[in-house]
Amino acid sequence: MTATALGAPAERREGRQKVSGGARYAAEYTLPGRAHAWPVPATVAHGRVTGVDTAAALALPGVLAVLTPGDAPRLATPEDATLAVLQSPDVPHRGWPVALAVAETPEAARAAARAVRVDYAGAPHDVTLTEGHPDAYAPEEVSSGAAHVEHGDPEAAFAAAEVRVDAVYRVPPLHNHPMEPHASTAHWDGDRLTVYTSSQGGTTVRSVLAQLFELDEDRITVEAEHVGGGFGSKGTPRPDVVLAALAARHTGRPVTLAYPRRDLPAVVGHRAPTVQRLRLGADRDGRLTAVLHEVTTHTSHVKEFVEQAAVVSRVMYATPALRSAHHVVPLDVPSPSWMRAPGEAPGMYALESAVDELAHALGTDPVDLRVRNEPGSEPGTGRPFSSRHLVECLREGARRFGWAGRDPRPRSRREGPLLIGTGVAAATYPVQVAPSTATAQALPDGTFTIRLNAADIGTGARTVLAQVAADALGVPLDRVRTEVGRSELPPAPLAGGSSGTASWGWAVHEACAELAARLAAHTGPPPAEGVEVRADTTGKADAESPYARHAFGAHFAETAVDTVTGEVRVRRLLGIFAAGRILNARTGRSQFTGGMTMGLGMALTEHSSLDPAFGDFTESDLAAYHVPAHADVPDIEADWIEEDDPHLNPMGSKGIGEIGIVGTAAAIGNAVHHATGVRFRELPLTPDRILPALSAEE
Amino acid sequence: MTSAHQPGHHSEVHLRVNGKPVTLDVDHRRVLLDLLREDLDLTGSKKGCDHGQCGACTVLVDGRRLNSCLLLAVTLDGSEVTTVEGLGGDGEEPHPLQRAFLDRDAFQCGYCTPGQLCSAVGMLAEAAAGHPSHVTDPAAPSGSPVALDRAEIRERLSGNLCRCGAYPRIVEAVEDVIE
Ligand code: FES
Ligand code: FES
Repeated sequence: MTATALGAPAERREGRQKVSGGARYAAEYTLPGRAHAWPVPATVAHGRVTGVDTAAALALPGVLAVLTPGDAPRLATPEDATLAVLQSPDVPHRGWPVALAVAETPEAARAAARAVRVDYAGAPHDVTLTEGHPDAYAPEEVSSGAAHVEHGDPEAAFAAAEVRVDAVYRVPPLHNHPMEPHASTAHWDGDRLTVYTSSQGGTTVRSVLAQLFELDEDRITVEAEHVGGGFGSKGTPRPDVVLAALAARHTGRPVTLAYPRRDLPAVVGHRAPTVQRLRLGADRDGRLTAVLHEVTTHTSHVKEFVEQAAVVSRVMYATPALRSAHHVVPLDVPSPSWMRAPGEAPGMYALESAVDELAHALGTDPVDLRVRNEPGSEPGTGRPFSSRHLVECLREGARRFGWAGRDPRPRSRREGPLLIGTGVAAATYPVQVAPSTATAQALPDGTFTIRLNAADIGTGARTVLAQVAADALGVPLDRVRTEVGRSELPPAPLAGGSSGTASWGWAVHEACAELAARLAAHTGPPPAEGVEVRADTTGKADAESPYARHAFGAHFAETAVDTVTGEVRVRRLLGIFAAGRILNARTGRSQFTGGMTMGLGMALTEHSSLDPAFGDFTESDLAAYHVPAHADVPDIEADWIEEDDPHLNPMGSKGIGEIGIVGTAAAIGNAVHHATGVRFRELPLTPDRILPALSAEE
Repeated sequence: MTSAHQPGHHSEVHLRVNGKPVTLDVDHRRVLLDLLREDLDLTGSKKGCDHGQCGACTVLVDGRRLNSCLLLAVTLDGSEVTTVEGLGGDGEEPHPLQRAFLDRDAFQCGYCTPGQLCSAVGMLAEAAAGHPSHVTDPAAPSGSPVALDRAEIRERLSGNLCRCGAYPRIVEAVEDVIE
């Protein structure tokens, strides 16, 4: 019974600590003499700090210091300009930190931050994204490659198409809002820096701090044992860790900065809003002849980040003519960044809504339409797929959901004041993997220890890596320990881009396979100090693949739309995924379900906006920005089909952290169309949008 | 450096926390959540928003579930507080609901979990005591225990946000302890 650890529903190894309250997160390291910091966010959207009056703040009891752009310790210029905090009087957007109060207690720090008086020279600002904005430009690149991909003659092909859909979809700014706010505790001992930080990747935190504070990496320790979610917003270090380290250096005390919830959206990144024009041309048989996906989004003046929503059109459907293009407008807004499936989530909302519109225009079943346009190779590159089981996901989902008996006519099901509809959408997410190192150690007592600086942000990394190790070693799972979340462990890449388990698991697998071979050659028990093997997958994990590698999935939703209140409720949500081998059935299912829940929020409840007058996010905290609550979420079913793909990594796995969100919003939107006969093209589907459209229809 | 301590801005409070008596001289601004986390190093109760918006800080005060970030500690003199650390009582064994959370994988990052657990324990007592919710049948006899179906559980736990989306598993875990 040793070769079956992979895939088993093993219980989370840190579970007991989490349910008993024993798991410590970054703000919970109560070091002796610890002080607390509180940021002062800029109250103008553009301009310059002309003066900071700290006298009243410093006079309050318990206040240790107020750091300002004028007197904070200097940093080397960071590569990520959002980390150059308290280094210049310039204010690039509202909420940018312009001072930091440090005090004996959180209460005193908060009072001090309130008492700081900041004077500004304001400048005009613009925070409003429009489709034809004069400052829009075509970026060179998006994170997955070229910003613009085109083949065939898409304009001509679209003009000549027998059936056409031409529609614009809008997704508002969205906030990650992990339940643990960004927090860091920093402590200097001479020129040694220790930070406890809430991060998806401690190895990067260390290298960035080393660069900023001009220290050797071996002078820095970064710990992130438990991380309360991130969803992209903790993918790279954010200002909290830099500010905590500055404050600790300035005061000579350990300092914790737990960023106030309301101030987070301005400093940790957000999903940038997108305006997406989709043009689909098809022949009468429903074969696509043109796909044009054009995205306009915003970035900040601090750095360029492009929400790469159009890349999905390079992956999904066969077409002789394709345009997938991005435009970006730099505005006086906080810097956008990664949020769960950056690009894919809003991009597939638009594309899969347009495909549904096309199915409706053709009078074709939307599942069949997708099957009919299944490509033989990746449309954007021509590369063969390493594996692609979208059709199987659609068919299995349709069977489980009971799609077959569906009356395709919109507004065909009514239950009193409720209109009932069902919808389908596809999902895709790329396979990403990065080099990692890991060590595997055999001990004389027959147990093994795996070490690497992976981050367990709630994915169950400790558990699944132990499963990978047990499998490669051919030993029972309970003989394997995993140590993660500390920078003195072998360096490992971040938990992001759904790449963590693949990247770390590959190195763990290599180390364990090698260790097993060494132990087989060795007679007798290992020596007292054990036998240790180190693996480094550089050159393998990052080798160019000749294949297009993506996970796929199919989402099905049933919604009820209340014609009296305009409220949309999801009754059922089903996701079927093809994502290689699922390494832990229990934690894997939780990741899919979690992604789908966030997708439900994107469809129905989550909405942010930039106030044109003040330049601020109008919905910043959890009272105004509506994360789905228990009552919003029905029985969500997530499952997968077995997929055997030899072109991935030794475990045969694709990433699963993000694909769950990808098709959810479109499936729900398509169900709402089926229920009501009205096509809504702007998220979220809140009563203020639904009700007027329904009354117009009556 | 000035001391955080200012006469007239502190008072002594006596509490029982997880069964143990505690006497503290507290800053009048200090909320129960910070008292637990900062003064007692009971960091199981989480701070997700500090404004009563997320439920991560939920604890039981005299048996009732409350958001500890909204309770000024100085107002709680004489109260009995139970946090996630105390749910299981004195023994080594976890509370049945903690066990059910493990069995059902009712969490991922774990940050909302202590609040979900305390909230669910408080909620079960409310339903047993006959407190109706928004989804309770108005015709149900008042004061008698409310049967908890999924809609009831969801409604009653909606003050506890989970960004990891563990909701379906949390509901199952709560059902496990009802049965
Ligand atoms: S921390 Fe108390 S409700 Fe959020
Ligand atoms: S488990 Fe992460 S927020 Fe609920």
